Amino acid sequence: MTGTPLLAVDRLRVEFPTRAGTLVAVDGVSLEIAPGEVLGVVGESGAGKSLTGAAIIGLIDPPGRIGAGEVRLGERRIDNLPPEQMRRVRGREIGAVFQDPLTSLNPLYTIGRQLIETITTHLDLSPREARRRALDLLAEVGITAPERRFDHYPHQFSGGMRQRVVIALALAAKPKLIIADEPTTALDVSIQAQIIALLKGLCREHGTAVMLITHDMGVIAETADRVAVMYAGRVVEVGPVADIIHRPQHPYTKGLMGSIPSIVAERENLAQIEGVMPRLDAIPAGCAFHPRCPYAFDRCKRERPELMRADATRSACWLVVR
Amino acid sequence: MSVNGNDQPLVELVDVAKTFDVSPPWLNRLLERKPRALLRAVNGVDLAIARGETFGLVGESGCGKSTVARLIVGLYRPTRGQIRYDGKRIDNLGAAPALRRNMQMIFQDPYASLNPRWRVADIVAEPLRVHPGDDVHSRADIIDRVARLLRQVGLAAADGSKYPHQFSGGQRQRISIARALAGSPAFLVCDEPTSALDVSVQAQVLNLMRKLQRELGLTYLFISHNLAVVHHIADRVAVMYLGRIVEQAPTKRIFGHPQHPYTRMLLDAVPDLELSGKARTAVAGEVPNPLSPPRGCAFHPRCPYANERCRDEIPRLKPARGWGGEATDVACHGVEEGRIPARVVATA
Repeated sequence: MTGTPLLAVDRLRVEFPTRAGTLVAVDGVSLEIAPGEVLGVVGESGAGKSLTGAAIIGLIDPPGRIGAGEVRLGERRIDNLPPEQMRRVRGREIGAVFQDPLTSLNPLYTIGRQLIETITTHLDLSPREARRRALDLLAEVGITAPERRFDHYPHQFSGGMRQRVVIALALAAKPKLIIADEPTTALDVSIQAQIIALLKGLCREHGTAVMLITHDMGVIAETADRVAVMYAGRVVEVGPVADIIHRPQHPYTKGLMGSIPSIVAERENLAQIEGVMPRLDAIPAGCAFHPRCPYAFDRCKRERPELMRADATRSACWLVVR
Repeated sequence: MSVNGNDQPLVELVDVAKTFDVSPPWLNRLLERKPRALLRAVNGVDLAIARGETFGLVGESGCGKSTVARLIVGLYRPTRGQIRYDGKRIDNLGAAPALRRNMQMIFQDPYASLNPRWRVADIVAEPLRVHPGDDVHSRADIIDRVARLLRQVGLAAADGSKYPHQFSGGQRQRISIARALAGSPAFLVCDEPTSALDVSVQAQVLNLMRKLQRELGLTYLFISHNLAVVHHIADRVAVMYLGRIVEQAPTKRIFGHPQHPYTRMLLDAVPDLELSGKARTAVAGEVPNPLSPPRGCAFHPRCPYANERCRDEIPRLKPARGWGGEATDVACHGVEEGRIPARVVATA
């Protein structure tokens, strides 16, 4: 990657103090996103991918907190901004799209009103111009007859249309980065395909970078330029999408890829990773994956591996240097 | 099609329909002059599931696939049509409790389908207490059988003394499977059994289901919205759209040579790893409101090949011509008239 990254996350740590001790949900995650790039973040439930996204936009619910590390947007550090300034970054510079479009829209206001509110909060526009922009946005995200739909409430839209409205909201202030957390998970496949195509098209047109958080490798394959694979709060492998899918280096990534059923290839049995992801209060020492790893050796149990260059990707695995 | 030479299908649905009355209350109908509203969740479905096979049923939300599952196991009573198990009718409730023992259901959500206050051993033993069967005579027999079931699904016998919350989602689904197997059923209805699970856990459960099928000669009705999962596990597949089956064929054929425009659209929409970077045809439109389905073929408003006849006449499920022995059944005027260009999906 050349030049200053748009977003740089450096050794981010998100922790939850509990009576039984501090639980570390995101442990030393470093990521970079270049302008206009789509970075996929994949992992299974509990891997810490959503929390990483939430930490970047300053939406960690207390008692959770950022325990260490930095988040920089361009040259500016944003993880330690006071809430009022962070509010301005959110929406204006970083847009967000969440999984469930019904909970990210206010059911009591028309979508037109919600769009205008977002636009006038972040951009210096007159009410008339704001309305104009809101209508343009709705048309851009593929809502037919935006004039007529403008005064409708969220419940009057279908799931796919609602997600389009949420995308319009995220784009309202022309942010440079969108954090999309499972944007298509609640949708049927045919609608999912529409939303992916829409996100991709809009980002290409506006040069918006996207951090796409999902558990669905298929969505990543279709959309992302680079992929970061997370496991137990850590990034275990990061690299270009084709390399992660076809030439994964980390044993976890390999297992994950093999366990995905395909509509093309015929397989008798799916690859199986034995066991389950560790609970936050019982993350093993050394490499967090070692108890499930068929290749684990002594060092894996003692020392935690950092990301190391392995073929075309970077993999946090001692096998790389063995 | 049949595995043991017996040609009678194990489970058969003949023109089954289920209509739900979702009308506003009587007073509202009277005062606000609202009409009655009928939701035709399942609208004339014919199915035959052979012994020992895995029959996949796919479709998007609201297409009626879960209603079909519930009709078969008797949780709903059909509004019309017949359901037969082993040639005997089971659609009138109470008619055949002995036959119903042969079928069990596995539900989607392993968090909601296990009683949180019961120990796992009690959960798995419940079917044995209700229908003790021939080989269960005493408490010791039950304990013994529960331990065997838990081991069969990849858990330890000692796990029986724990509560469901002590298990992960995948392990809970294993408990559901053990419970379903307790009464030694021949037929399992699995309604989205892996949809709530992570992919690596899903792989474990799918592999387990295959192993159990081989060992116990089970027949599965496997319902899912995930085409890749169905492709992996099913022998034959039916695709549903708005309460009807639009296409039905052996798995290879349906994924390799999809006929119905809706099936093609669904297959195009699935993001797949092998297709990385390849452009897909975007799909227009959404599933219509089932309360006011379109006239004629329910798919016609989204279909690029629709014509007058499609807008008027409901297509019946018929064998598509020109496919030799392994026939595809399709409900499409376009396919019947040869209007729809042939398409072959590359199979690795």
